[in-house]
Amino acid sequence: MYAWRPKCCRRHCANAVRYSLINLVRQALSGHQGWGPAWRDAEPKRSYDVIVVGGGGHGLATAHYLAKVHGIRHVAVLEKGWIGSGNAGRNTTIIRSNYLLPGNNPFYELSMKLWEGLEQDLNFNTMVSQRGVLNLFHSDAQRDAYARRGNAMRMHGVDAELLGPEAVRRMLPFLNFAAARFPIQGGLLQRRGGTARHDAVVWGYARAASDRGVDIIQNCEVTGFLRNGARITGVQTTRGDIQAGKVGIAVAGHTSRLAAMANLRLPIESHVLQAFVSEALKPFISCVVTFGAGHFYISQSDKGGLVFGGDIDGYNSYAQRGNLPAVEDVCESGMALMPAIGRVRMLRSWGGIMDMTMDGSPIIDRTPHAGLYLNGGWCYGGFKATPASGYCFAHLLALDEPHATARAFRLDRFVSGHLLDEKGQGAQPNLH
Amino acid sequence: MRIPCPFCGERDLSEFSYLGDAARQPDLGADLAEPLFKAVYLRDNPAGPHEELWQHLFGCRSWLIVTRNTVTHEILAATLAQQAMRG
Repeated sequence: MYAWRPKCCRRHCANAVRYSLINLVRQALSGHQGWGPAWRDAEPKRSYDVIVVGGGGHGLATAHYLAKVHGIRHVAVLEKGWIGSGNAGRNTTIIRSNYLLPGNNPFYELSMKLWEGLEQDLNFNTMVSQRGVLNLFHSDAQRDAYARRGNAMRMHGVDAELLGPEAVRRMLPFLNFAAARFPIQGGLLQRRGGTARHDAVVWGYARAASDRGVDIIQNCEVTGFLRNGARITGVQTTRGDIQAGKVGIAVAGHTSRLAAMANLRLPIESHVLQAFVSEALKPFISCVVTFGAGHFYISQSDKGGLVFGGDIDGYNSYAQRGNLPAVEDVCESGMALMPAIGRVRMLRSWGGIMDMTMDGSPIIDRTPHAGLYLNGGWCYGGFKATPASGYCFAHLLALDEPHATARAFRLDRFVSGHLLDEKGQGAQPNLH
Repeated sequence: MRIPCPFCGERDLSEFSYLGDAARQPDLGADLAEPLFKAVYLRDNPAGPHEELWQHLFGCRSWLIVTRNTVTHEILAATLAQQAMRG
């Protein structure tokens, strides 16, 4: 029954079976034997036009847009483990574009627009749910700051609504309005924000990229770079040397380690960020809510679990686990915001490694080495940026110039002083 | 994580605050732009042993240089920063 598969998988020809109602009925009638794998688990070739290091959401999205938008199909995505095994599988799945700064906002809005059309683009159910993102404020100063942010968003064509306490109470009546240490004075709501299914995003991009001929190569760790003079001409891997016209790295969390192989020192520290999920409950949190008096964000997954997180632990770490003080801090913030969750049991917690840059904003840029391109420094905000990050990195790799919405994400902004400090915290990564 | 403060003994992580990489700051020479950029913005960010500055904030308030493995969170050494900086 799999006789058709090997031939079809070796060549780039056959597209994966399209996911549609007609095909669902057709496959149901033939016992679901004909779906085939969603993407090809490829063997490395000797050379490619472009190699993308990192098989997470950003790397796979980059490969997809390289093939789709720029027609560059001789592309490999190298992943040291299995695709989606890093931060793509360790986030809190929030999507939003509620940014203040002109260097950030158009980029994240591009991402939001790509999210809105992603399922049609990829022919894959990425479960994009625009349930709204509500940032609560608890003081006059914070209200002013959020009003300013909302106005900046609207001037960029992004939806934003400033809600008073009564409007918030109608949306989420169970929040701690009565006895709160920091009473809720209102919130900034982006209705188009929400959540998406992280694993489906990885698989959707992998399937669409693979369909266009991109090789997805797993268990292939990059151990060094091939050089010809000052130019990077490929990578050394655990599965042999591979030549490439251009190499792009999209390995946020481990960017410094990879850059060190090319003798680059970056404005990045790696920190651990923990996230949590509770046992499944009946639906009660309708949107994504963030607590403004601490750092806490929560939403409810379609399975019913409460998915929440807070601050990074605050010290350099490559361990995908954190310590108890951060757990306690997150849970205290949760209790301060919604005491109703006090008797809910925590099911799981996990840690992801964040590329924390010195101004809290990402980097999508060329490097001092010709042929080597950098995508990293995503701090807390990598997941929501996945589509635009891939789109803009593909643009940079294909055309050698930054995409219009990603011009501010320069590597040399720390030398020139053009920082993109959305939070206004200065060069202290553990405060961003 | 528990950090052995040379003054107070082994204490819980929650008593400390973190500053970051304990790499030496540049000498205040004539042309500061390049050395200051490197000191303020660039990091080695190693996976493995890392010398870093911690303050025993809710204890003796001493600044410490802690050598810690960033992959395992194992604390390898902790000395008073004052002594290390003098030496």
